[in-house]
Amino acid sequence: DHFGDRLIIKGGKIVNDDQSFYADIYVEDGTIKQIGENLIVPSGVKTVDAYGQLVIPGGIDANTNLYSPQKGLNPADDFYQGTRAALSGGTTTIMDHVLVEPGTSLLTAFDQWKDAAEQRACCDFSLHVDITRWHEGLYEELETLIKDKGVNSFLFFMAYKDKYQSSDSQLYEAFSVLRDLGAIAQVHAENGDIIDEEQKKLLCLGITGPEGHVISHSEEVETEAVYRAITIAKQSNCPLYVTKVMSKSAADVIAKARKKGMVVYGEPITAGLATDGSHYWSKDWAIAAAFVTSPPLNPDPSTPQYLTSLLACGDLQVTSSAQASFSTAQKAVGKDNFTLIPEGTNGIEERMSVVWDRAVATGMMDENEFVAVTSTNAAKLFSMYPRKGRIAVGSDADIVIWNPKETRIISANTHNLNLEVNIFEGLEFRGVASVVISGGRVLLEDGKLNVTEGSGRFIPRKAFPDIVYKRIKARSKMAEAHGVPRGNYDGPVHDVISMTKSVPPTPTTRGPPCPKTLTGPRNLHQSGFTLAGAQIDDHIPRRSAQRIVAPPGGRSNITSLS
Amino acid sequence: MSDCRRQWNREDELPVYLAGPITTGPNQRKTYGMFSSVEGAFESKTIDFENYAVGRKGSRTPRSGSRERLLDTGDPISKTPSEARESSLNGSPGERDEARSRAEVRFSSGTENLNGKVGLRSERLLIKGGRVVNDDQSFYADVYIEDGLIKQVGENLVVPGGVKVIEANGRMVIPGGIDVNTCLMKSYLGTQPVDDFFQGTKAALAGGTTMIIDHVAPQPGDSLLEAFERWQEAADKKACCDYSLHVDIPQWNENVKDELELLVQDKGINSFQVYMAYKDVYQMTDSELYEAFSFLKLLGAVVLVHAENGDLIAQEQRKILGMGITGPEGHPLSRPEEVEAEAVFRAITLGNRVNCPVYITKVMSKSAADTITQARRKGSVVFGEPITASLATDGSHYWSKNWAKAAAYVTSPPLSPDQTTPDHLHTLLACGDLQVVGSSHCAYSTSQKAIGKDDFTLIPEGINGVEERMGFVWDKAVAMGKMDENQFVAVTSTNAAKIFNLYPRKGRIAVGSDADIVIWDPDSVKTITAKLQQSAAEYNIFEGLESRGGPVLVLSQGQVVYEEGKLHAQQGTGRFIPRKPFPDYAYQRVKFRNQVKHKQGVTRGIYDGPVYDVAPIPKYITPSPSAKTSPTSHQPPPIRNLHQSNFSLSGAQIDDNIPRRSGHRIVAPPGGRSNITSLG
Repeated sequence: DHFGDRLIIKGGKIVNDDQSFYADIYVEDGTIKQIGENLIVPSGVKTVDAYGQLVIPGGIDANTNLYSPQKGLNPADDFYQGTRAALSGGTTTIMDHVLVEPGTSLLTAFDQWKDAAEQRACCDFSLHVDITRWHEGLYEELETLIKDKGVNSFLFFMAYKDKYQSSDSQLYEAFSVLRDLGAIAQVHAENGDIIDEEQKKLLCLGITGPEGHVISHSEEVETEAVYRAITIAKQSNCPLYVTKVMSKSAADVIAKARKKGMVVYGEPITAGLATDGSHYWSKDWAIAAAFVTSPPLNPDPSTPQYLTSLLACGDLQVTSSAQASFSTAQKAVGKDNFTLIPEGTNGIEERMSVVWDRAVATGMMDENEFVAVTSTNAAKLFSMYPRKGRIAVGSDADIVIWNPKETRIISANTHNLNLEVNIFEGLEFRGVASVVISGGRVLLEDGKLNVTEGSGRFIPRKAFPDIVYKRIKARSKMAEAHGVPRGNYDGPVHDVISMTKSVPPTPTTRGPPCPKTLTGPRNLHQSGFTLAGAQIDDHIPRRSAQRIVAPPGGRSNITSLS
Repeated sequence: MSDCRRQWNREDELPVYLAGPITTGPNQRKTYGMFSSVEGAFESKTIDFENYAVGRKGSRTPRSGSRERLLDTGDPISKTPSEARESSLNGSPGERDEARSRAEVRFSSGTENLNGKVGLRSERLLIKGGRVVNDDQSFYADVYIEDGLIKQVGENLVVPGGVKVIEANGRMVIPGGIDVNTCLMKSYLGTQPVDDFFQGTKAALAGGTTMIIDHVAPQPGDSLLEAFERWQEAADKKACCDYSLHVDIPQWNENVKDELELLVQDKGINSFQVYMAYKDVYQMTDSELYEAFSFLKLLGAVVLVHAENGDLIAQEQRKILGMGITGPEGHPLSRPEEVEAEAVFRAITLGNRVNCPVYITKVMSKSAADTITQARRKGSVVFGEPITASLATDGSHYWSKNWAKAAAYVTSPPLSPDQTTPDHLHTLLACGDLQVVGSSHCAYSTSQKAIGKDDFTLIPEGINGVEERMGFVWDKAVAMGKMDENQFVAVTSTNAAKIFNLYPRKGRIAVGSDADIVIWDPDSVKTITAKLQQSAAEYNIFEGLESRGGPVLVLSQGQVVYEEGKLHAQQGTGRFIPRKPFPDYAYQRVKFRNQVKHKQGVTRGIYDGPVYDVAPIPKYITPSPSAKTSPTSHQPPPIRNLHQSNFSLSGAQIDDNIPRRSGHRIVAPPGGRSNITSLG
């Protein structure tokens, strides 16, 4: 029974991102069929009581890693466990990252992820594709993914030197291609070069514990990369989505860029909103290691509140979990070297509650904005709107009945993940999903989770999402650079022997082994033009000698030097 | 959907330069003019040289409505250039009496031939009746100079007879300017700039600058030491004023390190320039920059950064040439302001991480300057250097219809087309957010610039400004009331002396300092023109601009080298001034931070819980870049490849597909539970 139940949700307050109102909802075949009061519905329909509670669109978690291995280790929570946890927290759609190892095919990896998710996932899912080594040869695969496979977002890494890191040139090229194809560029923004150097330095100093992770991935390194990514996106006129905004200054850079009109979006994650990086100094290695993620949680304890306030005012737009769980034993691969600790924190289950508790319950944010940052904005950005992210007739019946009064205390003993550690252990959050409906079926009710493995569907997404691309298109049309129409310069030209082939630079013993690509269209500065020997007048002032006089053919208006 | 998409794609071949919201403001021209060729929009920017011709001063039209220029109309028709210069120096409102308008040189009565040696005449000097202006205070005092040094400062000095007396008549007596950024020998494709050390330092002296710091610019692969010696030799022969040298590091590698150490310890160099632009030539990767910063910090040197993102510039240049734009306007189009600001931000981040002072050369745009400002607010040790050109003119000239003129402005980072830039930079300079004014003087003739007549990327980069530097700072900042005279001295001389460890030998009028002194007339007005400049270039990018304030008399090493519009500079008199490492001004804070920022790990017991079983075979996958990737993506095999090691599980596990919860739960290890892994 794929189409789900027939349901009527009664008495709740429907909350969308733009307004709230009281109405009943009738659900059939997995979609919302009617909204209103006194609905006429067939008999025998299951009634879900929502009196006194909020009826909100199911959450969309825009960043999970339920299948990407790190250093050969598979995440402890795969699509089944992960989506189960997501549902229990009120999230009904996840967007997982397809990590394409350098040198492998994007399409193959995509198919692999999609197959795995279709077999295991309990809620709807969509996929981002992470490109770890950009070259122009990827264009066709990208085009196929965007036009035929329903992927419109691609992640690039500015960190992980010598593994996944892209250079600025690669980013520029890739962004230009994505813009042409109508996709969104995502970046993991950290300066991998600096991190690499700092890691070396710290290991030399004998710092091998998880605190080395946060020391080497400093806030500035994140901020710098965010700034650079925005600059590159600006130059290539490509929309940019910064994943995992973990620090105040990185968030500020995004906010400022938005004020200057850049099309850039920022995504704080559950962990960044709920906790801070002081735990890296925990005496308990396992606890400290559990917090390892990149960019790391910020040691500044005021960070979560700051990020929450930017989220509330719209400077940051989407919350996600960046869920990637590795068991303590897996994390312990890096027990003697923090750089080997697999990175990732949990948060898929707690995300909605964290936002409610930190933002809405404290009065920073209203319930509509809550819906916007937990589902609607993501749906709009990633072309799933209004199918997802809105309670409206025709939308998917992904509905959460949210009880703002209830609280829960997070513990690894009670959470729905395999992980033995929960980084939010002991924290209490107000706001709990009391009923979760996904695809028209009630999956969580009365505290009981009732999921079916493999019931999740792949949600394809179209290119050129309006909310993102309207501005981009307008700017492309507006920004035309024109040359200045001039006559030909007909004055004297300094005598250089024009050697057509550039002289290869003298190879140094340990210079950067930039293999001279032949494709480099013109090596503008390197060509070894030389004057034909020393000039007689090299040592006398050239004023009179070099003065431009009227050329033989008469004075031209181009070089009107007297 | 797909139809409209494709249609749009076709239109979308063009890059986006001002796609961002356009700054509004009084500068209306920019909103429509910059990227659409509005007919005649830039015509008034093109200089009509005929009107500035010497013999026709009276006939020129008042095109920018300047009153001072009109006052010249009564000048004699036929004048030699030097006379004209003199008169333009003194061409301000006429009430001033002749004695006030020029410094008067005389000898104390009756003692002329006491010493009998002509050479000594200029070695003993007394500057009388001037107002000494240092960066911290101004006061009326006489200055007595002997043997090229300031021997006494005060009133009623007791001086030997036969001393040449210079009457300053109440005018300002300031430390000679220090131009920290000149390139008088930086060859381009084998051709030398038209202003060599002789021409360049002459121009410097004429503008009140008594010391330059020139950039030694070796090519990749060259020995830094040899290049340094070449520069020093040339400068020793030709320079008319004291000089020092920065050394540019064209490439980072192990060999460079030894040379750097030698340069710092034996040769008196404490500043080195690294490049973030000029891809595949000088550009360094972030890793190299980090290493370079770390190493230079150990040596106690100041890192100068040419901050522009070379990767992006290379891409933009390719695109713009592809669009058929080959003229000089392609230069600013391919190097937008953001690219500069980004690199500044990155350089500062690197500096912070390494805890190393960073000096940004050539701050050309508002956003780059703002980035520096913000970093300083957060405590970064960073210095910013605007240059004459960015303080006095803007980048609209790149769109000039006159190719030669447009090309004359080509420098990197380019002048910002935003016309409010100079004003913004002055403000920051006045409030101390930017510290030093350079000129980045590097003069190429029009025919040299014409090497790039069909391709803007080949135009040699460089502008003039060494002569006009002090005058424009006065004109734009002090005369406008933004800056006081003390700050003027700070930004034109003292700050540079402090940052580069020349202080207090240079940059101050004090007993024991070098007698590099300028008598400054704040009221003189001159109109800049290539006809009257000392530089050998045919073009002056400030052509036709007026500049209030100028030197009346310049002393270099105690010798009068410029007086009443006449230069008495002697080739080869300039000395090399060695500089010690660890300048206090830059390094004091760094040293303290070093002590504070001592990193410590957490003392923990050893983790004794279970460890996931991985086969420890670090397999390095050689990056197999396709031929199309850009060259910089190929990194050298790192010392330790932390992320690339391909640990793999030893084969598929039976339980790969079942939840691992119970299987992997950490239980108490055999030896009893440890307090390290106290998981419930």
